Amino acid sequence: MISPSDFLSLPFDDWVNIFVRDWLVPNFRPVFRAMQWPVTQVLNGLSTFFNATPMLIFTAVLSLIAWRTSGRGVAIFSLIALIFIDLIGLWPETMTTLAMVITAVFFCVVIGIPFGVMAARSDIFRTILRPILDVMQTIPSFVYLVPIVMLFGVGVVPGIIATIIFALPPIIRLTDLGIRNVREDLIEAATAFGATPWQMLVEVQFPLAMRTVMAGLNQTLMLALSMVVIAAMIGAGGLGLTVFTGLGRLDVGNATAGGVGIVLLAIILDRISQSLGEARAMRGPSLLATIRSLFSLRANKPPAEVERAG
Amino acid sequence: MKPKIYGNGLYKIFGGDATTAIDLLKAGQSKDEIYAATGQTVGVRDVSFKVAEGEIFVVMGLSGSGKSTLVRMINGLIKPSAGEILIDDVNVADCSDEQLRNVRRNKVAMVFQHFALFPHKTVAENAAFGLKIRGMKASERRERAQAALEQVGLGARGDSYPDELSGGMQQRVGLARGLASEPEILLMDEPFGALDPLIRNDMQQELLELQRTLKKTIVFITHDLNEALALGTTIAIMRDGVIAQTGTAEEIVGSPADDYVAAFTRDIDRSQVFAAASIARPATPLDLATDNAEVAMTRMEELGIDAVHVVDDGKLAGIVSYRAASAAHRDGLDLKDALTDDFPTASPESLLNDLYPLAGTEYPIALTDEKGQLTGIVHPQDVFQQLANEEEEEEEKEKA
Repeated sequence: MISPSDFLSLPFDDWVNIFVRDWLVPNFRPVFRAMQWPVTQVLNGLSTFFNATPMLIFTAVLSLIAWRTSGRGVAIFSLIALIFIDLIGLWPETMTTLAMVITAVFFCVVIGIPFGVMAARSDIFRTILRPILDVMQTIPSFVYLVPIVMLFGVGVVPGIIATIIFALPPIIRLTDLGIRNVREDLIEAATAFGATPWQMLVEVQFPLAMRTVMAGLNQTLMLALSMVVIAAMIGAGGLGLTVFTGLGRLDVGNATAGGVGIVLLAIILDRISQSLGEARAMRGPSLLATIRSLFSLRANKPPAEVERAG
Repeated sequence: MKPKIYGNGLYKIFGGDATTAIDLLKAGQSKDEIYAATGQTVGVRDVSFKVAEGEIFVVMGLSGSGKSTLVRMINGLIKPSAGEILIDDVNVADCSDEQLRNVRRNKVAMVFQHFALFPHKTVAENAAFGLKIRGMKASERRERAQAALEQVGLGARGDSYPDELSGGMQQRVGLARGLASEPEILLMDEPFGALDPLIRNDMQQELLELQRTLKKTIVFITHDLNEALALGTTIAIMRDGVIAQTGTAEEIVGSPADDYVAAFTRDIDRSQVFAAASIARPATPLDLATDNAEVAMTRMEELGIDAVHVVDDGKLAGIVSYRAASAAHRDGLDLKDALTDDFPTASPESLLNDLYPLAGTEYPIALTDEKGQLTGIVHPQDVFQQLANEEEEEEEKEKA
């Protein structure tokens, strides 16, 4: 059979090689190096903080947060899960992974929310952004690991940058969606009272999109966690490294332990971040009230819902 | 007097460049023809109106008549395709964003059909929204929002969230949000349309009550003619993007401009629309100081009436019947002794509906203003004739 390749073959792989190796790397390496700086700062801060916090205090605080945001069940689960992680000897790795994941999510939020807002405001921007997000979500992460190593080198920070690329799309998409779904009549009302575009965003659009944005944050967090093993391939540490080295040495026990650690961490973070997005938490008691109720003997139950006016 | 809001030659064409469509409209083509030719929808065509300061200007029309588009042009939510809208000399149809924002923040507030309250803010925060946008300090705006909530009877619900309130209460919050920024103009887009009929009635009365003290310039949109007649100082009836007729309630019902308006007003209870003054005859009272019983008799004979009102020092003193006058004349008594004060009175603004019970007595109804001066008289038979008027007209039409 005749096929087009009999007449013409495109050296696509060569093109990419030339683009990355001969143009991007020599010309922009310093730029990419500089981009690492903020990530390094945040990561170091968090990592030092988590590793310096005694295990018992950290467990207590996280369980408390879980209790306040998602109820007693999640709190008990967190408590047991964290103790279990400590018992199987993976506490430092877990803290490292947590620091990495939170760093990645932090930058996803910092980059993703403004992009989402811009996408919601401008159809043109959105049209340009959409295929890029599609590529980011569908391209296998192994494909961009190599160029990342070429540009950023090996280590934890390049691992985090790979994670950011992978985990960024949901928060952009859902910020865009959340803002676009704000009721048209509320936008009209705010306009009618003379709101500037910024006031519109801060007073009306963003607070009302918050639920959807938090759902995006939850997805971003989960994607970031799922990247930790892959990031370990380019030198990131933590639980991912435990799994990765376990795999390399056919050490099923160690790999499984690392895997279980990731799963437990994932469940805790998922439950907490999910309940942050629920409407009740949004409108819940203020921070002060929360702290006060923590110190009262029994959690003050909110008074039975105000009787609905007929 | 200079109008507060002046709309002049307004057009709104939805869907792209309007120039061709406007030219076609000016050439006399209809809405449907334009849709066929350009694919554009005509929202409003060649509408001009004036709203005087302190009046309630009601725009009434069915859905699709362009009334919501018209009201949104006043605060620039919809930009007219042609024409101008002047609010105190600022043309909101053609001004900078900054100017438009200033008008919206300081002059014109709006109340919406489906309330459009912010669900993430408390009632008090909702009421204070306009003030916050304007950049007012938190303490001051809380105070003013509270005052506005008290005006609408919701002073105690400031900490509730909108979804905890009933529809009627939510719209009160909407109204409080509008009033809190103390605008000169209040735009109300079918504000009571989403409420139960009973609550709607209450809200109308409350609005009138508020308006008595606030004296805002209100543009009120409705699809309900009864509501329009109950509230409107001036009423504009819209159809297919044009104003079919502008006038007072009495003018609209009494002399509809075309068949469309006439069809609308047919089922209206006329006694709720016409004021006593509309059927009053000029009063020809006697003066107690100068006239005696004999003059009274002569006057009644001349006019062919059975009773005549008597004033004393400008004020209505009583009524004298022919029989009483002739008895007084025969007995040589003063006109004063023949007077009776047992006769019906009403204010010139009272509706015919309120005259029914008075029309049963033998004497004509005296219309007196707040100073007690006689401004006119209403003969009982005129009351019934005015109410019957419409049916006669219809019968005549059928005959024709």
